[in-house]
Formats: sequence, structure tokens, C-alpha cells
Amino acid sequence: MTATAPHLRAADAALLRVEDLVVEFRAAGRRRVHAVSGVSFDVLPGETLGIVGESGCGKSTTARAVMRVTRPASGSVRFRGAELTRLSERGLRRIRTSMQMIFQDPVSSLNPRRRVRDIVAEPLVVWGRGDAAAREAKVREALAAVGLDYDVVGDRYPHQFSGGQCQRISIARALVLEPELLVCDEPVSALDVSVQAQILNLLEDLKERYGLTLVFISHDLAVVKNVCDRVAVMYLGKVVEVAPADALYRASAHPYTRALLSSIPDPDPDPGPDAAARDAEYGPRGESPSPLDPPSGCRYRTRCPLAQDKCAREVPEPRQLDDGHTVACHFPITTS
Amino acid sequence: MSETIVLTKDVPAAAAAPDDAAAPRRRLGPVFWVAAGWLALIVLAAALADLLPLSRPGDLGDAMPGAGPSAGHLLGTDDLGRDLLSRVIYGARVSLIVGFASIAVGLAVGGVLGLLAGYFRGWVDAVITAAANVLLAFPALVLGLAVVTFLGPSLPHVTLAISLLAIGPLTLMVRGATLMFSEREFVLASRLVGARTHRTVLREVLPNVVPSALSLGLVSVANAMVAEGGLSFLGLSVRPPDPTWGNMIAEGSAVLERTPAVALWPAVAMFLTVLSLNYVGDRLRGRFDVKEGAL
Amino acid sequence: MTAAEESPLLRVTDLTTHFRTDRGLMRAVDGVSFTLERGRTLGVVGESGSGKTVLSRSVMGLLPRGDVVRGGTVQYAGEDISALDEDGLRRLWGREIAMVFQDPMTSLNPVVRIGRQITEHLRLHTGASRADARAKAAALLKSVGIPEPERRLREYPHQLSGGMRQRVMIAVALATGPRLLLADEPTTALDVTVQAQILDLLRAQQRQRDMAMILVTHDLGVVAGRTDEVAVMYAGRVVERAPTRTLFTNMRMPYTEALVRSIPRIADPGHTRLAAIPGRPPDMTRPPAGCRFAPRCAYARDKCRAEQPPLRESGEPGHTFACWYPVGTPEGAAALERNRKEAS
Repeated sequence: MTATAPHLRAADAALLRVEDLVVEFRAAGRRRVHAVSGVSFDVLPGETLGIVGESGCGKSTTARAVMRVTRPASGSVRFRGAELTRLSERGLRRIRTSMQMIFQDPVSSLNPRRRVRDIVAEPLVVWGRGDAAAREAKVREALAAVGLDYDVVGDRYPHQFSGGQCQRISIARALVLEPELLVCDEPVSALDVSVQAQILNLLEDLKERYGLTLVFISHDLAVVKNVCDRVAVMYLGKVVEVAPADALYRASAHPYTRALLSSIPDPDPDPGPDAAARDAEYGPRGESPSPLDPPSGCRYRTRCPLAQDKCAREVPEPRQLDDGHTVACHFPITTS
Repeated sequence: MSETIVLTKDVPAAAAAPDDAAAPRRRLGPVFWVAAGWLALIVLAAALADLLPLSRPGDLGDAMPGAGPSAGHLLGTDDLGRDLLSRVIYGARVSLIVGFASIAVGLAVGGVLGLLAGYFRGWVDAVITAAANVLLAFPALVLGLAVVTFLGPSLPHVTLAISLLAIGPLTLMVRGATLMFSEREFVLASRLVGARTHRTVLREVLPNVVPSALSLGLVSVANAMVAEGGLSFLGLSVRPPDPTWGNMIAEGSAVLERTPAVALWPAVAMFLTVLSLNYVGDRLRGRFDVKEGAL
Repeated sequence: MTAAEESPLLRVTDLTTHFRTDRGLMRAVDGVSFTLERGRTLGVVGESGSGKTVLSRSVMGLLPRGDVVRGGTVQYAGEDISALDEDGLRRLWGREIAMVFQDPMTSLNPVVRIGRQITEHLRLHTGASRADARAKAAALLKSVGIPEPERRLREYPHQLSGGMRQRVMIAVALATGPRLLLADEPTTALDVTVQAQILDLLRAQQRQRDMAMILVTHDLGVVAGRTDEVAVMYAGRVVERAPTRTLFTNMRMPYTEALVRSIPRIADPGHTRLAAIPGRPPDMTRPPAGCRFAPRCAYARDKCRAEQPPLRESGEPGHTFACWYPVGTPEGAAALERNRKEAS
């Protein structure tokens, strides 16, 4: 299996290991949406893995398949060595206490008809952990960890809070069971930049404090670069490049990664000749094709300025460039 | 511990306090209270009819038949000299009992079916939705007629007939609301912390569906009362001489030219009650929607 | 020169838009003034709730009449358009001022073919014949970078991708050759690689047609390379306005500085701690006395909490800001220093 995914590390070292994950949905007229087509990645304990890509690239579907909210068509998801895809409902229920998720829409994540203290205490109640007093202490601690005061917020309902505060409450709920893995699906995309920075800092603090392992999904490469140790770039259901965060910025090899990098609106009015040149060279053409009917060969070829005949004929296999840096491209860019 | 210092720096007291703590609740408006007041009046009068200083609705008494309003008979009398106020109030009992009871049954059955269909989807949804659509496809009056003709006209049978009519739309409405809320991440979050299905449905989905179901229920009570009136008018509900608004209007229509008051008063009572139910239901729904959409 | 030609294309004076709500008067836009010259671009930047979208709608006269308290004036080419009725506004909207919104799907009629949506607009405002309008529509689609325009004209909005729909909206907006284009978060719903394409298209069209443009966005990165000037809004007010380069190199308002610093930079090393702005924007039914940013500001002193700072000149041309202790000045540095000492 390692032949298809050279970026995977020793199986016993990884907390989460996803191999050759395939997720398909049925669409109208017997067609299939190829949402995730053979994705592999792993996360070591204490590491933050970023998954970045544009809408429709399958990053959220991947997250949901990892949590087994969506059933994968094939492939393997191993968490602490346990194969999640073959787990019974009962086993799944137990293992999910160690893996929690936070979502993009902070308002939608909280039941509007329940009080904050009940929302955060819910996981404890479900598992019958502790008596009422012990639970309250635990909820108090989780809320304090995300910067909220139990006595002020406990009795209130979600609609009385801003988006950033709702996201804090969601994080408190996810933490209360003391999970090892936290899957964050676009956790800051719905927030204003100033609030986004608060939540990103909070996640970094909590990661250190509770020894969390994070999978951080975002469309924003700058955000991912900031919080992640390793980054997997997805395009149309495939991982096109995996690299340590700093290497990805310094020496990205896939034309799509270059395109993403050059598209980031930089708050600097004078981007300099380098960026402009990079723009001109790798700027993508048009928009992402439909996952109903992905292009043959390399899925990025229809937008790639470097595409050649080979790209339409052969699917590029991931290959190792450097330590921990792999790319799935026939003609990777080697200049930085 | 440096961790905590960092956290408190990021989150000063201002960030931890919700800002609309002192915000007044959204007002329902004076018309709402007039409508609610009318409903309260009708319900109270119907419930306490036996204690009110009224003549029995069947009493012929000594009054002039077809008389106008007087001190003894505030709304006048009908063609047989029976007190119209008394008959309207006792008639309200039937309308209200049929209206609320049939919708209570409809909500209970439709609520469960709708929750099942909306939460589980797949074949459960297909079967329940198809059944609800079949119920809806029957012409309402014909279905009511068939049930009452088959079982015989009585209060429980009329209630049953009308609750059958209500189950279809209520099922579909609850299903729709359930579908919508099941998509929300808090339902997924509940599954992910390991809650069993019944807990997710009862704790997360149901409380969100109830307010809109209840407000639609109030509007449906109005429809049920109109339906009862129709059946009653055709003589298929509680039979005379026991008064219902429907059979009073039926009787009154025969003497419309001589004593229009006989048909007028029950019609007015029904009109105001239906209007009030619709308004109150509508306003309550609006209020719940606003609370939902506060952010 | 006539009076209309001397006056700037758009002059907004002391514009206020307050909404009556159950919780009291919401001061969405609270005394905003600015001018925009012909052919120039102005970026309006602010977080959600800053009033930037209400401002652009107020300028256009697009707000509902009920429950709104308005004040101030909007002059377009010397004419006060804040007093215009529906008919007068419609004349302007069609020919002089055009708008592009965030969500192209809701701006296009889903059951009408693209071609008819453009040609009807053209025929209504220019009186072109059916055939002329058709030819012009195809040319417009081509000019906004839509391949095979003839085929696209026969399609419905849902057959196009998000970026293509936004291109169509831009084509519709440009159809009558407006002199002012108001783009309200035109790329927020799009992917980053498509966003760059659309922003470049807007910039190119604006230059080519010598059209003025107001680009409303929450993203400082979007305005950075693509506008002549930037106005930063906070809590219903413009708190700083400057030529774009000046704003980024020589900002005076602590809010602008904080906003720029809270954005993660791709060039920073991983796990760089972000300079988050504490707290959140004020509730605009009960704005704080004094400077509205004071409760979240690292520079704020007692004066800021008591007295509202007026907009004043920085000394550089075209640069104004509203702050008692500005960034990069001795007073500002002293205030920051004193706050740090008092905190520790």
C-alpha cells in the first residue's frame, strides 16, 4: 500500500491513518459524484495536519468519512490502530469520545433551544459521567478553557452570542470528553478576521494544554500555513501535494498549490515582481470541473498552464521529492 | 500558569458577556392580545356554561320566538323561542372539543410519523410521505362524509373523521421541519458525542420542531372547526336539538329572511374564533422564527 | 465648465442610516462623509456589522422606506439623489450607477435565459433593437472573459458556475456604460483562485472604461492591490481614509493596525501567534460613548472613552483618521506605553 502513498509514515506511529479513502454519492440519473477518490494521509500524535482546497475538492467529505458520519465506499481509516470502517455502531460510539469535531457554522452547531450549560454538559450526560456536581465542575472548566465564564454564560441560549462566542462554546463541548483528536472543519471561515485570530490562537493554546492532535480543514492556505505542521492540498477528490507547512510555502511543487499561493489576497499594496511573475506563470484557468465527471488522467490538467498530453492519459502517482514532501504531478515545479 | 494568562488576555470581560442581556422580548402587538382574549373568552364561556346565568339551550321558555335582543335574552331568541346566547355558548363546546381534540390526535400521530420520516429518511420517509399524500388526495369533505356515514354521527366519530383529515398536512409539516433541523450541525454533534438515536431525536430535534408544530396546530384547529361546521351543517355531526355552530347555521338558513339573527350569531362566533386562531398561530410562528434567526 | 462637471462624481455628506428595531435605534451608518472622483476606485473595508453594506445601499437609495431614519445627502454629479423618488432612482440605476452583489445566484432570475436578462436590460435603457442588443450582449460576455458567449446566452443561470455567474452579473452591470460601479463583496462567495480572476476583471474593466468603483469588502487583502483609496469602517463610521499605499505603510488608526496584524500571513513561519483584537464590535443600538473602538483598543486612554475623536488630517495628502492617540505618533506611543505599565 505504501507504494501508492509514499508520504505515509510508520503505521504504529500514527494516531490516525487514512489509506486510499474513496467516497461516492449517488446523483440524479444513476450518476456518481466522485467526492473523494483515493485519499491517503496520516497524523502523528500532537501534530496538526491541514487539509486545504477549494469548494468541491472533497475536504469536508473526507473529514466526515474519517468520523464515519459518511460511509466510505472503500479504503481504510485507522484510529489508534482500530479500523473504523469495519467497526460496529457500538464500538464506533465508544471510540468517538476520543475523536471530536467542530464545524464551520458556529450558530448551526448549537441547539437554539438548549442552554449553554446543557449543551456543554450533554456529552457527559450521554456517557453518565459523574454526578451533577462533578459535571458542573467539568463544564465550568471547559468553558473557562475557551475563555467563557460559567456564571455569566451558563444559563443563556446560543442566540444571545456572537459567532465567535458560539464557536468557543462548540469547542468547549468538543473538549469536555477529553478527546485525543479534534477534527476542525473550516472552524474560522464564518468569522470576521479579528475574531478568526482569537479562535486560531485559542486552538493553538488548547492543543498544547490538552495535548490534542488536530486535523484542520480550510480553504484558506494562509490560515492553514499558520496553524499546521503538515499540509495536504486537495483538488477534485485527490491529494495533489503533501508537505511540511513551511516547505509547502517555500518550495511547492504542484502547479495547483502554486496557483492557490498566488491567489491569496495579500494585504500588501506592493506585492513585488516575484509574486506578479508567479501569478502570470501558474495562474489557473477557469474553474473547477464537476466531481460528477472528473477529467481523465490528472484532474487538474484542464486548468493547468503546464499540462501536456501525458497528463490526460496517465493518472499521476504521488512521488517523494524530499523528506515528507510528496507530489502527484507528471511535471512538478522544481524551482522555488 | 502562563496558559491562563494568555487566554484571559484574549478574552476580556466584554467578550464573555452576551450583549443583549437587557434586550426586551419581541412584542406580539395589541391585535394579538385582542385575538387571544377572544379565544380565552370563548373557551371560558364554553367550559363554564353550566355555571352561567343562562337558560338551557333547549329551553323553549316563555320568550317570544324570533325576538330581538332584550335584557333576558342578550342576543334574542330563535324561531322556537330558545335563547340564542345560550345556544351559541353551548354550541361552542362542540366546535372547540372537535377542533382541539382532532388536532391533538393529528399532532400526536402526524408528529411521530413526521419525526420518523424526517430523521430516518430513506424507505421510512418514502412510505410515510406516500401515505400522507394519499390521505391528502381524498377530497376532505368526502372523506369526512364517508367516515361519519359509516360510523354514525356522534362527537367521537366526527373528531376521528377530522383528525384523519389533519394527519396528512401535519405529518408533512413536521417532516419538513425535522428534515431541516436534522441537517444542522448540532444534530451531528449529538451523534458524534455518542448519543443514541432516541436521545438525539428527543433532545435535539423535537424541541425545535414543537414550536412550529404547535403554531401550525392552532391554525389547524381553525380549519378543523370549519370542517366540523360543514359536517354539522349537513347534519353529520352532533344532531339537533343539541346545538353546534354548524347545525345552528343550518337551521338559521331556513329562516334567514324572517330571523337572520339565528344564523348570524353562530356565524359571527365562528368567524371571530377562526380568525383569532389563525392570527394567534401566525404571530406565534413569526415569533419563534425570529428567535431562531436572531443570529 | 458646468457645475456638474466641477463637482466630484459622488459626494456623500454626513450620511446616517438608523433602523428602528425592537431593541431601539440601530445606528448602522452614523455620519459618513466622503467624495469619489471620476474614474477612481475606493475600497470600503470593515467587519460584519461595521455598516459597510448598509452604506453602499444607502448611497444607492436601495433601502426600504419604513423603519429607517435617514439623514445627510448623497450628491451624484452635483445632483442631490438622496431626495429622488423611485422613478428618478431607477433612471440612475440603469444608466449611471450599477451594482454587483455578493451572491450572483440570487441576483439573476433563475427561470430566464442569460441572453434575455442582458438584452432586456439593454433595450430598456438604450432602446436598442432586438438584434443589436443580442450582438451587444454577446460582445459584453466576451469582454468579461466568458468563452463561447453565443452558447452561454441561450443558457439558464443554474447551468453556469459561480464565477461565470458573477461574470454575467458584471456584464449586466457594465451593459449601459455606467460611470459608477458599486461592488458589494463581489467575490466573497467564490473560491480563491476564481476570486483573483474576478477582481482582476473588475479592475481591468474599471480602467478601460474610466469608470469609478466602490469595492465593499471585509478583506483588506482584496483592496490592497486594486483600489486607489481605502476607507476603513468601524461601528457605523469611517475611522480612517487614505490612498491605499499610505494606508498600509503609514496607518494612524489603531483599528486599522489591529486589523492588518490579525490576518495570518503566508510568509510568516508556522505557529506564529496572531495579534487578535480582543472582544468584539459594539452593539449598535447602544454604542459606547467616545471612540467606538476604545473598549478593544490597546492605545485607549480615558479621553477615548469620554470624547469622540473627529476625523482629522494626518498631514499626508488625502489621509484622514479619527483617533486621539494615533499609531506612529509620540502621543500614541506614550498612550500604549502607559497602558502596558498599568496592565502589568
